[in-house]
Amino acid sequence: MNQPDLRITIGNLVFKNPVLTASGTFGYAREFEPYVSLNQLGGVVVKGISLEPRRGNPPPRIVETAGGMLNAIGLENVGLDRFISEKMDYLRGIGTRVIVNILGDSLEEYQTLAQRLSDVEGISALEVNISCPNVKKGGVAFGTDPAMAEAVTRAVCAHSSLPVIVKLSPNVTDITQIARAVEAGGAQAISLINTLLGMAIDVRSRRPRLANIVGGLSGPAIKPIALRMVWQAAQAVKIPVIGIGGITTTEDALEFLLAGATAIEVGTANFVNPRASQEIVEGIGRYMTENRINGISEVIGGLVLS
Amino acid sequence: MHQFEEQAEIVRQEQLAPEIFRLTLNAPQIAAAARPGQFVMVQTTAGYDPLLRRPLSIHQTIGNAQVQLMYKVVGKGTRLLSALTPGKTIQLTGPLGHGFELAGKDSICLVGGGMGIAPLYFLAREIMRTNTPPKLIILLGARTAQELGPLPRDFHDIGATETFFATDDGTLGHHGFVAELIEKHLVPENKWAVCTCGPHPMMKAVVGQCRKQGYECQVSLETMMACGISACLGCAVPRSDLSGPYLHVCKDGPVFKAEEVAWL
Repeated sequence: MNQPDLRITIGNLVFKNPVLTASGTFGYAREFEPYVSLNQLGGVVVKGISLEPRRGNPPPRIVETAGGMLNAIGLENVGLDRFISEKMDYLRGIGTRVIVNILGDSLEEYQTLAQRLSDVEGISALEVNISCPNVKKGGVAFGTDPAMAEAVTRAVCAHSSLPVIVKLSPNVTDITQIARAVEAGGAQAISLINTLLGMAIDVRSRRPRLANIVGGLSGPAIKPIALRMVWQAAQAVKIPVIGIGGITTTEDALEFLLAGATAIEVGTANFVNPRASQEIVEGIGRYMTENRINGISEVIGGLVLS
Repeated sequence: MHQFEEQAEIVRQEQLAPEIFRLTLNAPQIAAAARPGQFVMVQTTAGYDPLLRRPLSIHQTIGNAQVQLMYKVVGKGTRLLSALTPGKTIQLTGPLGHGFELAGKDSICLVGGGMGIAPLYFLAREIMRTNTPPKLIILLGARTAQELGPLPRDFHDIGATETFFATDDGTLGHHGFVAELIEKHLVPENKWAVCTCGPHPMMKAVVGQCRKQGYECQVSLETMMACGISACLGCAVPRSDLSGPYLHVCKDGPVFKAEEVAWL
């Protein structure tokens, strides 16, 4: 039997396989060079970039919870100029698709980021973070209000020649409403879920464990919620869905594909096992060979309901 | 970058004191590359609880093939680690971060407290292995003599004869804080390079002493950390002027010049 075909298509972009790395869990890719053959991955989504550098939140920024972790990093990043001058050279040579995650406080900031990054060689797509719960201004409002979500999508699409993926917040009542709004705004794909807003308290000191008080929950603990939302969103929109949320093993990734995701992003698992993303690529290939599946499209949306 | 992910087989698990263990692992790539002050991320379970690996400093390497860790059981992760027996394997990432830098120093003092002594043994051993070792004074603090276990003998065996102790209960050496030994044992005429690792209040006191005397001081910091490889950015510490970008313990440290970081 031939090698199984893992290629997937989002918009007019072909990816060599459906395994991407989630923003904020894979640095600017170079951090993982000792552990992963980067060119084996479907793509890399780099740490979220804002127009100006961001310092992030004071420590403590992370706390471990049952089967997961809370983070309140506060979107620390080097800013657009340094990203382009210091990180892109390396990223152009990694042999896989580079998706740049962007975040802003205003429509104008998103527009400027979209415009400037469209002129940079070596970027395959933008992923728009409208959902990060950590920063007090901006962020939350865009991702939790359908009209604002649509407006920011429209603004980015209008100012960019690159395909636009919008990353959704799970901290909403009805994920399908936001998914449809973003599709109407012109997104080529959606990715979900970002972290769930959570909290932890030290009972001895009676103080919150995070300096920011609240933070985003990620890791295996959130996988069932993420899977449910991906399944719901995939039925609500026609554009491709990228599944994110607690994916740690090959089986996790396959569940998301069966639920209707065209691709997946590996997040917190990169912290736990730096080789996780590559192991999942290899695992999906083995699963397909063992089950005599020629193309990954036979898996995507293959959930059996009756 | 000389960093590796290794499946490490457990060679020995020794209990040194009621909650203190010394774990020897077969990890040849990490052992060959490791420098004193660097750390590894250690898997404690194949399951999801606890989820994250634990950052532990390297206690020593043995024969370019083994990595030894010394740790105290403080929670679920270290409890699981202490239950592992020879022949079992765990995943190990390392060596990570920047170690101590002592090239060209002729008067060195190491000040360790509790588990902070772990990396200082590796450092002391490397110092004593040089052809003409510099003057080396070692000051070690613990709650009790029992907590120090075999360490006094270990330091003696590598030829670090000027090693002095302080215990909270007075069961070994000075009855009091280890930082108080600096004034007692270091002649101010020498240009001392002090390296310290231990609980935050202890290091703060050491840094204060060094500042007073004008000694150079390097500190090894510990923070919450998810990845150890500068991806999560969870291990932020403020700079001494409390402005500008945060430093990250995994990448900029764990060893810093004392004046780089804020002592809050």
